[in-house]
Amino acid sequence: MLCSICKAKEATVHLTQIVGDKVQKVDLCADCAKEKGVNDPAVFSLADVLLGLGASQEMEQAAGAGSTLKCPHCGFSQADFKKSGRLGCPECYTTFAEGLEALLKGMHTGTRHIGKAPAGLQQTRDLTDRIRQLQKKLDKAVAEENFEKAADYRDEIKVAKARLTQATAP
Amino acid sequence: MKLGDFLAPPADAARREGPHNRIVMSSRVRLARNLRGKPFPGWAKKTERIKTLEGIRPAVESLPELAEAFSETMDKLTPLDKNLLVERHLISREHAQKTAGSGLVLSRDETLCVMINEEDHLRMQALQPGLNLRRAWTVIDQVDSRLERKLDYAFSPTLGYLTACPTNVGTGIRVSAMLHLPGLVLAEHINQIIQAVNKLGLAVRGLYGEGTEALGNVFQVSNQKTLGDTESNIVERLNKVLLQLIDHEENARARLLEAKPKSVYNHIGRAYGILANAHSISSKESMNLLSLVRLGVDLGLFTDLARWAVDELFILSQPAHLQHAYAEKLGADERDILRADMLRERLRDIRRPAPPPRGQGPASDKPEAA
Repeated sequence: MLCSICKAKEATVHLTQIVGDKVQKVDLCADCAKEKGVNDPAVFSLADVLLGLGASQEMEQAAGAGSTLKCPHCGFSQADFKKSGRLGCPECYTTFAEGLEALLKGMHTGTRHIGKAPAGLQQTRDLTDRIRQLQKKLDKAVAEENFEKAADYRDEIKVAKARLTQATAP
Repeated sequence: MKLGDFLAPPADAARREGPHNRIVMSSRVRLARNLRGKPFPGWAKKTERIKTLEGIRPAVESLPELAEAFSETMDKLTPLDKNLLVERHLISREHAQKTAGSGLVLSRDETLCVMINEEDHLRMQALQPGLNLRRAWTVIDQVDSRLERKLDYAFSPTLGYLTACPTNVGTGIRVSAMLHLPGLVLAEHINQIIQAVNKLGLAVRGLYGEGTEALGNVFQVSNQKTLGDTESNIVERLNKVLLQLIDHEENARARLLEAKPKSVYNHIGRAYGILANAHSISSKESMNLLSLVRLGVDLGLFTDLARWAVDELFILSQPAHLQHAYAEKLGADERDILRADMLRERLRDIRRPAPPPRGQGPASDKPEAA
């Protein structure tokens, strides 16, 4: 069996970690194991190796070491996340946004959702995308001192923004 | 209605057919959804969970797809009911642990199942026999679109559908299929294949999902990444990998038959011998042996045994189904004896396996070259 990290050398260190109800396994060669500090349980977290980014450290850094950051909506804390690997409520994604970003980066294909959206929100998303594109064109036109074009883009952005406000109004 | 009366008899469940069901036993697409502003089930207090359940359940029951559904709260189901549902792959083991504050809505034809307050407020899944991921996605997509008009989903324009575990955020989709891969196991290629599939960012698990053993040479392959890609891309990618796995399994079987036919016939003949003659057998052993008999059917070694009949025995041999067939409570030892009695009886008139005459090899299920 090859090492899960370098995929080159034979794995001699086999680890199993149970987080919540999840069993995670990793196989490392002697060199990668040493580099990851496997022999020192105090600094080693298997989840970090698997996610490749030292994610929980980053989450801690983002929140400040020993942070007592709590979700104002549901009272969920950093420590609770470390324990269960799950969040408290949808708002937690905003509360812990900074730390989560690195975590998501290591876990997923991208960090932005490009799939399905609820029908009502799909329109909002299309408009937001359109405004972003127009803004880019506007910036370019200004840089090229093409002010006539820039004015057109500015007007189009105005219209799109008005529609966006309408769409998101309760 | 009682769950035991609602579920299709194992013989009918085993008869459901789909594309490539020689190797792909079933396909599933699951979506995770949550309600805006409500704590996730794992963090919510019991009273909050009950309130959320009471809000979600009528919305789910009102869907046309779920007319005549079986709908119940988890505290009203007996441990036996829950285990029957797990053995039919209709609910997760995690959901089977739930009591008050969680619920289940299962469609009449058992192709749609909504778990309420599992890890997320909603875990809805569409199931299809054989390889039919696209159909499963179409069905569940429509159910989801109908539900979003009745429920206020937690959705972020940048992160998508918000889920209790960050591993599901974005699309909240898990696309999976259950594969019967005895050829790759016998050829000892399975570990290589699992590693290759893992490298593609897909997970390979055992018969009952997360953290379980591959009993009966049945493996579950699913996507792991849910954010940064579209649902249809995820479905198509898994579909492509599954077609390759079918190909690998068929090749492994063909190569085994060519290189060491005696070894293959030996495995299958012994499996039949034990199943048809044992007086006590565990569910684990019977599943592993039934897997070999199923392979024997695929290879044309049995003249009067249908694949569905083996699949039915596969269902009936599992502990809860065996218990369900008998009124009184059984201990593990008694179950092993009754299981052996059932298998002996079912296999009594089945002729023993014999290699097919030369030149009359069985048809294979290789995907057509694209």
